[in-house]
Amino acid sequence: MSETSEVTFSPELISFIEEWKTKPGNLIMVLHKVQEEFNYISRESANLVSEMLDVPLARIWGVVSFYHFFKLTKPGKHTIRVCLGTACYLKGGQSILDELSAQLNLAEGSVSDDGLFSLEGVRCIGCCGLAPVMTIGGEVYGKVTKDKIAKILEPLRQA
Amino acid sequence: MAFRNYILVCGGTACESVKSEQIYQNLITACEEHGIADEVQIVKTGCFGFCEQGPIVKILPEDAFYVKVTPEDAAEIVSEHIIKGRQVQRLLYDKSGSTRHARVEDIQFYQKQFRIVLRNCGFINPESIDEYIAREGYQALERALFEMTSDDIIEELKHSGLRGRGGAGFPTWMKWNFTRQAKSDIKYVVCNADEGDPGAYMDRSTLEGDPHSILEAMTICGKTVGANKGYIYIRAEYPLAISRLEIAMAQAHEYGLLGKNILGSGFDFDIEIRLGAGAFVCGEETALLQSIEGKRGMPQPRPPFPAVKGLWGQPTVISNVETWANVPVIISRGASWFNKIGTADSKGTKVFALTGKIRNSGLVEVPMGTTLREIIFDIGGGIANGKKFKAVQTGGPSGGVLTEEYLDTPIDFGSLVKAGSMMGSGGMIVMDEDDCIVDVVKFYLDFSVDESCGKCSPCRIGGKSLAQILDKITKGNGTLEDITTMEKIGEAMKKGSLCALGQTTPNPILSSLAHFKDEYLAHIVDKKCPSGTCKDLISYWILEDKCIGCTVCARKCPVGAISGARKEVHVIDQNACTQCGVCYESCRFDAIEIR
Repeated sequence: MSETSEVTFSPELISFIEEWKTKPGNLIMVLHKVQEEFNYISRESANLVSEMLDVPLARIWGVVSFYHFFKLTKPGKHTIRVCLGTACYLKGGQSILDELSAQLNLAEGSVSDDGLFSLEGVRCIGCCGLAPVMTIGGEVYGKVTKDKIAKILEPLRQA
Repeated sequence: MAFRNYILVCGGTACESVKSEQIYQNLITACEEHGIADEVQIVKTGCFGFCEQGPIVKILPEDAFYVKVTPEDAAEIVSEHIIKGRQVQRLLYDKSGSTRHARVEDIQFYQKQFRIVLRNCGFINPESIDEYIAREGYQALERALFEMTSDDIIEELKHSGLRGRGGAGFPTWMKWNFTRQAKSDIKYVVCNADEGDPGAYMDRSTLEGDPHSILEAMTICGKTVGANKGYIYIRAEYPLAISRLEIAMAQAHEYGLLGKNILGSGFDFDIEIRLGAGAFVCGEETALLQSIEGKRGMPQPRPPFPAVKGLWGQPTVISNVETWANVPVIISRGASWFNKIGTADSKGTKVFALTGKIRNSGLVEVPMGTTLREIIFDIGGGIANGKKFKAVQTGGPSGGVLTEEYLDTPIDFGSLVKAGSMMGSGGMIVMDEDDCIVDVVKFYLDFSVDESCGKCSPCRIGGKSLAQILDKITKGNGTLEDITTMEKIGEAMKKGSLCALGQTTPNPILSSLAHFKDEYLAHIVDKKCPSGTCKDLISYWILEDKCIGCTVCARKCPVGAISGARKEVHVIDQNACTQCGVCYESCRFDAIEIR
């Protein structure tokens, strides 16, 4: 490996990888742990995992790019996820996503220039009784309407 | 009862997301403040199923059913109900606005339900193994280990008529038997908890509400087929279910119900959790096994079936969560109890996630053979907002739409297929007159295309072509030829795709063409969207006799397409209008119509 890794893993992550190193089928579990620590999987992280597990980088990249859950770019400080499951779609989930996109001036799947917001349309999060649903960080907002959005975003724009 | 009252707080994901944890904490604090912490047991349970009305708090022995509770209500519940014995009227479930229903059995939502899979959800604390044991838990495992041979167990399963609940409905006993007969020192048991069907959350609720039932069932299977290792493959998006499983596994280990030498029987069985990573195709069993192996989740040709050659090439029993949850009940209560429930074709119950334009969204478990009408109108309370029923979609992106004429069809595996849909995993999405069938079908197609793994060309290319044609139709550029093209591609995909994902991707199109051809024709020939959903096919018009010139629409229009003086009729410039619908939504006089 000639590429220098500019990323350092925490001692917890390193010991997790050591523990899982010998278990068959460990790659996805290790990548989950990496994403838990960095919120995404950078090229540098993938390089390091490749070295530590002795797995070709191409295989790691193949897995990371296959699964929706793994992110290749650093998300914003506030990640806004709009549920696009069927129930939410029928109850206007797409128009909520469009409205957020307009108010934040941010395309779906991208991160704002100031790194404050990222916006995603996501698969069913299973709160169909609350449709349409969006989440910001760990907070769930149910029965969202377009006119509630400005008020929800306001406090988040500050920091 | 050892306690004077039991307070059950719903801890399912939907209720948790509207602060049921805070309600739980506040109830504890309130009881402590009144000095009655020893007299009242407060339990956070799994999902009650009645998600529309959440968060839900139920109090025993009165069986009072409080809905839409807020954390601030906790103090009042304790001081009024628990201390003074007066039920908090304003929080009791109110069906009609006139009579207040207090008791659970009076609530229509629950009347036609029959709970086997969800037997413990909403009753026990899912983080307590003792409560599971108190409700017949691990009795089936004990029977399986000490009183029954593998032959007995398989015979019992066969007699029960249990079929897989993941979609295909394959007889469970046959899977177990194939794996049992396969010659190998290493065999595996896998639970498919990669519930990816949009609008369905049966499996998550089962795992959150009753994790031990899955562990028990997998262990019984391990003993029967001769496997010592199990895997639960679960979506990473289900953190609450994962943590409850982890707690349950630790408790089962501690009690000697999992691990080495289970209950002194000499049988070893252990379970490991593996996380999914958001790929719908991993619900397909061969793809799921690839993913457990740490690879891209690409389906493999069958045969060989996993029962003979599965995980790491070894014989593997793989079933979904709901199937597993049935197993302990069948073993402990007996197959002849179980097979009296349901229809000739399908035994037992089915859990549905009832969502969409329905009054009572929630999780519903009914005996097989219940009609769609009973589920939608009796349990679900009918269509919300007084709208008219249009269609119900079962089986998610792999299923089909059914119209009013099928409402009295008794639901089982066979009847749904005959009607042009399928059981699927249990999503049931209700649509009303405002929903455009073409648009909904396009939604499903976009989903399936996005989730196609790309390995086989019928699915990869066929799905994309179908999605493009639908897009064209919803934009008003469709031709009559498109319908025949879609039918041709659909049939080819059904025959030629490698796995169920590709084979079923055209289902929403084919079934909707059978029932809603007029709606496709309206889009193609008349260039109109009858429900007013497809933006490119609609225009907004202000009604002269209704507009009072309040100017709200003109001020809200983002492109300045509305003109008119105050107190005079306004006009929309059709060339400038972008059909965003803001004027329609903001008009308080119903003066704007969609044409």
